[in-house]
Amino acid sequence: MRFDVAIVGAGVVGCAIARELTRYRLHVALIDRECEVGLGTSKANSGIIHGGHRAHEGSYKGATEWRGNQLWDELAQDLPFGYSRIGDLTVAFDDGDIEHLHMLLDQGRRRGVSGLELWEPERLQREEPNLSHDVKQALHAPTSGVVNPYEACFALAENAVRNGLTLLLEHTVSAIERRDDGFTVTTDRGVLDARFVVNAAGVHGDAVARMVGAEEAGLRFRKGEEYLLDKRLVGFVTRVVFPCPSPTSKGILVIPTYDGTLMVGPTATWSEATDLTTSAEGARAVFEGAQRLAPGISEGDCIAEFAGVRAVAADEDFAIGTTRVPGFVNVIGIQSPGLTAAPAIALDVVELLQGEGLGLEHDDGFVPGIDAPIRFAQLDAEEQARVVRGDPRFGRIACRCEIVTEGEVLHAIERGARTMDGIKFRTRAGMGRCQGGFCAWRCMRLLAETLDVEVSDVTKRGGASWITLPRLEVEHA
Amino acid sequence: MTETSHYLCIGCPLGCRLEVETEGDEIIEVRGQSCKRGDTFARQEHVDPRRFVTTTVAIEGAPWPRLPVATAEAIPKHLMREVCATLHTLRLEAPVELGDVVLRDAHGTGVDVVATRSLGRR
Amino acid sequence: MPDLQPWQLERRYDVVVVGGGPAGLAAAVGAREQGAERVLIVDRESEPGGILQQCIHHGFGLHHFKEELTGPAYAQRYLERVLEHDVDIVTDAYVLDVDPTRRVSLLSGRHGRTEVDAGAVVLAMGARERTREAIRIPGTRPAGVMTAGFAQKLVNMAGYLPGRRVAILGSGDIGLIMARRLMLEGAEVVGVFELMPHANGLTRNVVQCLHDFDIPLHLSTTVVRIHGHDRVDKVSVAPVDEALRPRMAEAWEVPCDTLLVSIGLIPDNELARALGVRLDPVTTGPVVTSTMETSRDGVFACGNTVHIHDLVDWVSQESQLAGGGAGAFASGRRSSADNVRLVPGRNVRSCVPHTITTDREHTVFLRVTKSLAPCSLRLGEVYERPLRYVVPGEMVTLKVRPRFLQGFHGGNLHVDVVPREEAAA
Repeated sequence: MRFDVAIVGAGVVGCAIARELTRYRLHVALIDRECEVGLGTSKANSGIIHGGHRAHEGSYKGATEWRGNQLWDELAQDLPFGYSRIGDLTVAFDDGDIEHLHMLLDQGRRRGVSGLELWEPERLQREEPNLSHDVKQALHAPTSGVVNPYEACFALAENAVRNGLTLLLEHTVSAIERRDDGFTVTTDRGVLDARFVVNAAGVHGDAVARMVGAEEAGLRFRKGEEYLLDKRLVGFVTRVVFPCPSPTSKGILVIPTYDGTLMVGPTATWSEATDLTTSAEGARAVFEGAQRLAPGISEGDCIAEFAGVRAVAADEDFAIGTTRVPGFVNVIGIQSPGLTAAPAIALDVVELLQGEGLGLEHDDGFVPGIDAPIRFAQLDAEEQARVVRGDPRFGRIACRCEIVTEGEVLHAIERGARTMDGIKFRTRAGMGRCQGGFCAWRCMRLLAETLDVEVSDVTKRGGASWITLPRLEVEHA
Repeated sequence: MTETSHYLCIGCPLGCRLEVETEGDEIIEVRGQSCKRGDTFARQEHVDPRRFVTTTVAIEGAPWPRLPVATAEAIPKHLMREVCATLHTLRLEAPVELGDVVLRDAHGTGVDVVATRSLGRR
Repeated sequence: MPDLQPWQLERRYDVVVVGGGPAGLAAAVGAREQGAERVLIVDRESEPGGILQQCIHHGFGLHHFKEELTGPAYAQRYLERVLEHDVDIVTDAYVLDVDPTRRVSLLSGRHGRTEVDAGAVVLAMGARERTREAIRIPGTRPAGVMTAGFAQKLVNMAGYLPGRRVAILGSGDIGLIMARRLMLEGAEVVGVFELMPHANGLTRNVVQCLHDFDIPLHLSTTVVRIHGHDRVDKVSVAPVDEALRPRMAEAWEVPCDTLLVSIGLIPDNELARALGVRLDPVTTGPVVTSTMETSRDGVFACGNTVHIHDLVDWVSQESQLAGGGAGAFASGRRSSADNVRLVPGRNVRSCVPHTITTDREHTVFLRVTKSLAPCSLRLGEVYERPLRYVVPGEMVTLKVRPRFLQGFHGGNLHVDVVPREEAAA
């Protein structure tokens, strides 16, 4: 198969670029080594749409943060994913911090970020009574929001596939060769040709660039640990809360996620590209930092933890652009605010490809949306009754902590979930306080039955992440 | 020449450390127990330790693929694994009733293995 | 299996029991025996019996049926009694909500999203297991880390082994029993690691599940890190100091493909919480009266939803009482109000029920905070009884008779367990 564009890496940036390209009459391939989209950096981050005032001026980050921010509303209208503009607060504890607030305020105003406002302690305590009473002043940015980044990836990819994208999961790219009329991309499951290649390979960005002799970004890897708290704390804090950064740390945030779970983190430590471990020191730093902002937060409320790794370019900025290899575009070093910037980056990359010679002809058949999945728990009683009458599978609870029905799990499988994580990140089954104790068997059985495989073939997230051995009768034979 | 063997009493959560002193085949003394049950347990455990075995057997046509079973009496401890190995080879067919014998006279112990629940047809 | 057809489900029941495990089954019987005409059990599984169905080992029924049964046998015996009592049961059904007027919102594939009005409600949802996340073990998050109860369901009901080399964190009874189960099914259990200086489970389980199979039990030791990208490939374990802090310099690695976590149960109380029922911060279950009524009128609770039991027989007894209370409430009968508040005193962690009366006999369940032997149990200044021993892992059951409380006319009654020599002094 010959493609016009092959995108290596199906994180949020790769998915956004892929979807943007399917607006045109093009054959596009999106390639990822994992068994689901968005399983790398895109899954494990703070899930924040930054307000637009935060990234430094004069950087690619600064140029895309506010543009990206504004594009998310349209994305969220077209596609179903958890997204809410809840606003953020940067809080100051001393005069140095207050200076920082003013710097952010000026920076935001210069960019045209609307609604920025300084709040005095009285206002702050009225709006967010559970924040520390030691806060001297806060900067409120109503433009900021939260998003479920994995849901955004699933929706972008599903929509792109609907518009003709070829999605090649569990394909690991091992070589890219430049030829006269394009590239030969070798994967562990076959070879494909493409006229243009986009390198959106996240932590593998430099390795992919090296395959074809393009510029590398001097990537290093920064790990962030995040901790999720019990739903009991819903409403405890209603906006994303940032401390002012210190010379040594960007600080620990308190993040009310779209689903109402409070998340605290991230740490920021140099690590290996594949190091997704959490640590006792990380937990200590996170809870100390979070308690400084909101003293009522307790380590005892933790129900889950995870770590994500961001690829950091040598100059700390995004490394986006054409390379010395014609037709090969780098989109690497995408760290914070990469999620915010992703829709803007996608537009920029389309433009870069056009500059490299890619012809763009609008595809009139492009459909911007996909059907929203049913979220049973969010329906009112009458709607729930109607849904169950239509399909009794929605009357069977799969996950009791998050009230997810078997119908939702089956729909997720129909829409591409192949693993337990794929189900979890599409439906929330297994995300609650019992962490899968109740629903895991149900989801395993539904996956095996629907995909017509053995339960022992079901994995947590592909690869060697098996959950059980073969049936006892087989084991004993 | 006397020998001392050590056992942990399973009669209650006190978990008394029992000592059985023997000369040849004869038990001379049991020490360390807090009650009569400890004495009885130590003598049995020293001469002929026995255990109940509970496991599952493959079953076809039932709502679940495994039927829970148990030995009707305690069997000699050293035969536990062998009895399980034999049970692993069985393939039952639903329906089965609570108490049905699934393996008669397991390994010549005179003890049957029985179903510990009923499983009807799916 | 019993499951009502849609046309058989009534709009109104005298008593609705949430949960068809051992607590719910006994509550239904209790309700019928105390005059409730129409009783409904709602169970989320495809058959009643709850967690008993996966507990295929012995240890159930010695008090209640006067013989030692396996979990499934106990469930089946009890279910037969329930059916003799003409109780309605819906399975594969979930209670979404109970409102203060005791209108119960139900969800099931067969009955749809529907509502049932209850004269009284019994909460019998049981407990859930504490997870790896609850104690925050650092490291990676691979497949192969699971609770002991989940592994138990996989092995005993679904018929799958979770792995070949298994490490177990926590020496509670479920973990010990799973160690034996896995060995009998052909897996190798490489060790049980217990944070405390003593095993948490019963001695007989330590002997029969670990010693019999030469499985090492490492006391005062915990898992400090999980390794492996896709699947667990090893865990790091370390001894802990007296403050239970790991001594990392002495950590060592244990190769394994599975880590079972058996670190205790937590009452499942989302419905109670949503209903605004008052909860005991120690047990995390509802505060209950001598008839197991919660702070909400006509809402009763029993079993592991209220406090974690170690014997199902006591669950049945307590739940029969709760069901009886609910049945009487629904029939418009109320017994005399409680006039004694039990206050956990020295070495006592919790008392259930939280209040009793001076005019009837009550069974009170205590948990102690530490092991004492021999010792004395005291009720305020009015009653004292010698005990051979108490341990935190075993619930203390005390029948409080009216004559014990002669001369006590109500109010706070402190419950203490003190060392014998102190008691004598």
